[in-house]
Amino acid sequence: MGNPNKVKADSGFMRWVDDRFPATQMWQEHLSKYYAPKNFNVWYFFGSLALLVLVNQILTGIWLTMSYNPTAEGAFASVEYIMRDVEWGWLIRYLHSTGASAFFVVVYLHMFRGLLYGSYKAPRELVWIFGMAIYLALMAEAFMGYLLPWGQMSYWGAQVIISLFSAIPSIGPDLAQWVRGDYLISGITLNRFFALHVVALPIVILALVVLHIIALHEVGSNNPDGIDIKKKKDETGKPLDGIPFHPYYTVKDIVGVAVFLFVFMVVVLYFPEGGGYFIEKPNFEPANPLKTPDHIAPVWYFTPFYAMLRAITFTLFGLDAKFLGVIVMGGAIAILFVLPWLDRSPVRSIRYKGWISKVMLALFAISFAILGVLGVLPATEGRTMLAQLCTAVYFAFFLLMPFYTRLEKTKPVPERVTG
Amino acid sequence: MADNGVNKGRRRLLLGATTVVGAVGAVGVAVPFVASWQPSARARAAGAPVQADVSKLDVGQRMTVEWRGKPVWIIKRTPEMIERTQTLGADRLADPQSEVPQQPTYVTGELRSIKPEIGVLIGICTHLGCSPLYKPEPDAEGVGVDNWPGGFFCPCHGSRFDLAGRVFRNVPAPTNLEVPPYRFENDDIIIVGEDEETA
Repeated sequence: MGNPNKVKADSGFMRWVDDRFPATQMWQEHLSKYYAPKNFNVWYFFGSLALLVLVNQILTGIWLTMSYNPTAEGAFASVEYIMRDVEWGWLIRYLHSTGASAFFVVVYLHMFRGLLYGSYKAPRELVWIFGMAIYLALMAEAFMGYLLPWGQMSYWGAQVIISLFSAIPSIGPDLAQWVRGDYLISGITLNRFFALHVVALPIVILALVVLHIIALHEVGSNNPDGIDIKKKKDETGKPLDGIPFHPYYTVKDIVGVAVFLFVFMVVVLYFPEGGGYFIEKPNFEPANPLKTPDHIAPVWYFTPFYAMLRAITFTLFGLDAKFLGVIVMGGAIAILFVLPWLDRSPVRSIRYKGWISKVMLALFAISFAILGVLGVLPATEGRTMLAQLCTAVYFAFFLLMPFYTRLEKTKPVPERVTG
Repeated sequence: MADNGVNKGRRRLLLGATTVVGAVGAVGVAVPFVASWQPSARARAAGAPVQADVSKLDVGQRMTVEWRGKPVWIIKRTPEMIERTQTLGADRLADPQSEVPQQPTYVTGELRSIKPEIGVLIGICTHLGCSPLYKPEPDAEGVGVDNWPGGFFCPCHGSRFDLAGRVFRNVPAPTNLEVPPYRFENDDIIIVGEDEETA
């Protein structure tokens, strides 16, 4: 019965299931007979941690919707109600708000791992592209989620971001109005952002995560040496340098989960506002469309791109500075999608690339961090110049990559992983 | 012509035609979903232009109408007020030529208005959104500056604007007061919220 080509249990209940649903087949393909390289290091924790945080966001998010009121009149008060009156509401909300920042911490580290070891290179281009799509959807999800508490920074942060649409020539103002559904950010905007935040985008993100993992398991995991472990197999066809994901990496990941949860819970329980970076101080005041806060800064995970937007203070090709800034910011994210085709190096891992790649990656990471700091600070002349320099380094890392990866001398890659 | 009696040309034609019709249908279905994001009838009504009758406004006085939740001031300037405003320059004002786009394109000049005597401004301080006070008389009390030409003074943090809403130097407010879109229906009736050219 069923598809005879599938792996099935010999008898019993699982056999009955396997004749109707490929449970044993899937278990083996994705866990017990998914061979991952045996030389994973600490950088390889962040993928499974991202999955953990995603589960946390969905679970706490569902609980928050039970007490949240998505109206301009009720939103702020309902968040206070969750914090003060709902049993354990404070914990569920702090798990969700801290989880948002934790999500970006692990995703940024996960992405940096990809840059370090060339995990985006052939045949893993689609793994990388699905991953970037998750990152993009996650930014939209976080942005819309930040409006929901309807605090001052919720309101004015959204005001700044939505006004970016109006910088687009000719269609811009109408587009911004279409996004808002009103002439100013109002309860109408809040209600639609709520719908997108709790229904539409989570579905998109979950679907993309499934695609990301299916694509990964099709081509197999990369490793710190950037070696294709499928080239060296034993007589039964198992990669010599591979170990089954379950139980080896499931158990290893539990250690990562324990360490992560310890740090995470210290933040949730003792520093839930993250020093004003996870929940910004003006957000303890209800949104007031007539009163602009002194200084508007986005949440920390958007600040590198916000700093690039503000760094463009000049006009070029007849385009005004604001629109150019939007193009630069959009380009900074778009260029990540084509990274697999910019890297022309014959090796994947930074371990065997030449010194130019190492210097460029270091400069890139430093520039990104500096931009992140500049994005939360008010702009001054000196800071704007620094932001311009860092923006130039950010783009140079990508745009010069086809040249320096081809020209530099690489080291010989070993036959087997180095442990 | 065909394998096993299958007419491949006809299949391709039917497949192509079905795809095109299906795509047209998909676009049609998308229309209500995309259009649903436009401001609703209630939002449009709440944001509709408002009328103001300036015929009963005394010279030198101010009236306030509400448009999209914001106070809109209409002032009728005397020839002296116009003269005092026009003589102000870059030595005292931060943006005397209104280079920062805080007004519709058809509102130009030192007075930032369509008619010199009628000024229309959104009465919200560009610093932190307080509503400034109307201090039209020269050297008014409490504005904290000598040689006051008449204008608006924000009691919250001391920002000062002239009678055209232009911001003074060395005050917290960064830009001139905003001028809303408006047009004259006739000599007496102003429509706030509608542009001159779309009238």
